[in-house]
Amino acid sequence: MERALNKSRLILWSSVALLFVLLPFVFPGGFALSILSQLGIAIIFALSYNMLLGQTGLLSFGHAVYFGLGAFVTAHAINFVEAGVFGLPMSFMPLVGGLAGLVFSLLLGFVTTRRPGTPFAMISLGIAEMVAASALMFTTFFGGEGGIVTNRTAGGVVWGISYGPQIQVYYLIAVWCFISMALMFVITRTPLGRIANAVRDNPERTQFVGYNPTRVRWIMMSLAGFFAGIGGALTTINYEIITAESLGLMASGNVVLMAFIGGIGQFWGPIIGAVLVTFLQSFLSNFTQAWLLYFGLLFLLIILFSPGGISSLITIHAPVWRAGVMKRLLPSYMFALWAGLVTLTGIIGVIELLYRGTLVVGVNVAVTWVFSGLLVLVGAFFLRRAIRAVTQVWEDLTPELARWS
Amino acid sequence: MEFFLITLLNSLSYGLLLFMLSSGLTLIFSMMGVLNFAHASFYMLGAYFAYQTGMVFGFWPALFLAPILVGVIGAITERYGLRKVHKFGHVAELLFTFGLAYVIEEVVHLIWGRAPVDYRIPESLNFTLFTLFNTQYPAYRAFMMLVSVGMLVSLYLVLTKTRIGLIVQASLTHPEMVQALGHNVPRVFMLVFAGGCALAGLAGVLGGNLFITEPGMAFSVGSIVFVVVVVGGMGSLVGAFIASLLIGSIQTFSVGFDLSFIDLMAGLGVIIDSNSSWYAGLSITISQTAPVLPYLLMVLMLIVRPRGLMGTRET
Repeated sequence: MERALNKSRLILWSSVALLFVLLPFVFPGGFALSILSQLGIAIIFALSYNMLLGQTGLLSFGHAVYFGLGAFVTAHAINFVEAGVFGLPMSFMPLVGGLAGLVFSLLLGFVTTRRPGTPFAMISLGIAEMVAASALMFTTFFGGEGGIVTNRTAGGVVWGISYGPQIQVYYLIAVWCFISMALMFVITRTPLGRIANAVRDNPERTQFVGYNPTRVRWIMMSLAGFFAGIGGALTTINYEIITAESLGLMASGNVVLMAFIGGIGQFWGPIIGAVLVTFLQSFLSNFTQAWLLYFGLLFLLIILFSPGGISSLITIHAPVWRAGVMKRLLPSYMFALWAGLVTLTGIIGVIELLYRGTLVVGVNVAVTWVFSGLLVLVGAFFLRRAIRAVTQVWEDLTPELARWS
Repeated sequence: MEFFLITLLNSLSYGLLLFMLSSGLTLIFSMMGVLNFAHASFYMLGAYFAYQTGMVFGFWPALFLAPILVGVIGAITERYGLRKVHKFGHVAELLFTFGLAYVIEEVVHLIWGRAPVDYRIPESLNFTLFTLFNTQYPAYRAFMMLVSVGMLVSLYLVLTKTRIGLIVQASLTHPEMVQALGHNVPRVFMLVFAGGCALAGLAGVLGGNLFITEPGMAFSVGSIVFVVVVVGGMGSLVGAFIASLLIGSIQTFSVGFDLSFIDLMAGLGVIIDSNSSWYAGLSITISQTAPVLPYLLMVLMLIVRPRGLMGTRET
């Protein structure tokens, strides 16, 4: 087994840390900073989700429950600090959220992890619905429709940090994001992480080796709940308000999309997914009402054509890159890109026409309809050929690559 | 007594509606091992199609047209979606239907908008069937029960008495053998999927105008249907039937009780101080807990009997 800490990995992680430090200088401004803060939270959340789906094989549709409960407990903790019930620097508040996530996932995980596979998926969904429905019932804790409002400066100034300015909150999120990323990576290298992989691949055999698959699932789920809780706590600190929406089905579905679009096969896959999905949500929703539709379509496309997500698209090209034959793939890729863009433009045209009624001011609606329809048809025609061409080149390359791998 | 009888009738009709949904889901699940996340979306499509075709042809043709349309969409989904994803395993299949649920909801937004549509009970069924004590029982609910029971019986007859039903049953347990005997098993799968979706569509036609036809209806019904399937035992039609009626009555009855723990204690002579710190928690009435009860039942079932009421398999 390779060592967890070798030279190249050290360089990689320190450059990630450096990137986190430098990002606010590269993208200054309030909007960029708030996006960056969201990204940090999304990365923690997506990675913690992948501890379940990618590493333990548990497809959960209720992961936002632990995120949300962690967020609510943190909100109350901050309010207690403000009321002077107890003292805790804001910098350590994410631990409170994490512990809350841990406690709740220990409790609920005991019930849900008893059955793997599809029943687990349904049960996690049921639990998520139950918690979401209870959120509207227990208004003292969840604050009803309005949610719970907090004040992130409640802890006062500690070591010169007040958490008034957004930049300080960003660095808090960055530090916790880095710690969580590192810890979650380390977990994948521990015996526990390996056994979790074994449970995912063949629970029966794991049982014969002497491990209890249910318990392994339970432990992994609790740990995932812990990190989700950290993410929730950071959300509370970031927005200073938390509503029952954050633990609902939409939020749970969102993290499934993030992890899967990014790719659950690699540790870093969900990071890509988190970044992409957060960007799409922030930017696309400014431009179009139909952004959720594009999102769903992207998700379906990835499942149909690249079930390993974006990260697997990258990793399958590693041997091609090493063999130095990338340039043979390029022409067919350019063809596919061109055809794909034409099709995409046509599809966007059709969807937006359906939503808005008109597309370009001053141009006849019928003309835009015909034009978009034509683009879809022409694009699809060439896209089919492009896909065939790409498959052909890959087949030609396979014997050569076999020598390199 | 009046409350009890009327609520019983209502829960029966609601339970039968749930069964129409869960039977399709169960059939698809036990045959293909695929949990169709988009099942409730097909229910929603059924309601919208019935609304749309009903505007043109009237309710009665829509009652047949809408489920057929939904079935066709189901067949296309299976043929060009699920069958392709099948080789990537069950998780990918599940996620595919999950993504499909997203897309269907958005397409419904796109075509019919975000507000509820005016899908009404047809005039010919909009009358009082009988009056029980002082409560009028609407004919439409009775009609709904009639269609559900009719559907149930015909489903049973098709599965047990016809040739195609026997092939379907055989494909459930021994797909390779059925294939070897010269039957087109993938086509059988497609038919079952389409049939399950058509059942969901029929439930949508019946439920859409009784409740409300809006884009959120899929999500609100979907999770209840999952609870039904888990409680009944995955893959068991009988279990799904019992669980549907059970959960239908739990939901219907609990909404009617406006009692809380405090009222109960007051009835026993114990008055709880409204300044007590537990007051907020204890003053929750049964009707307020109604949305949570089915899920609580599911959790209890999982603790006591993880395979569900009638389930035969542990996983």
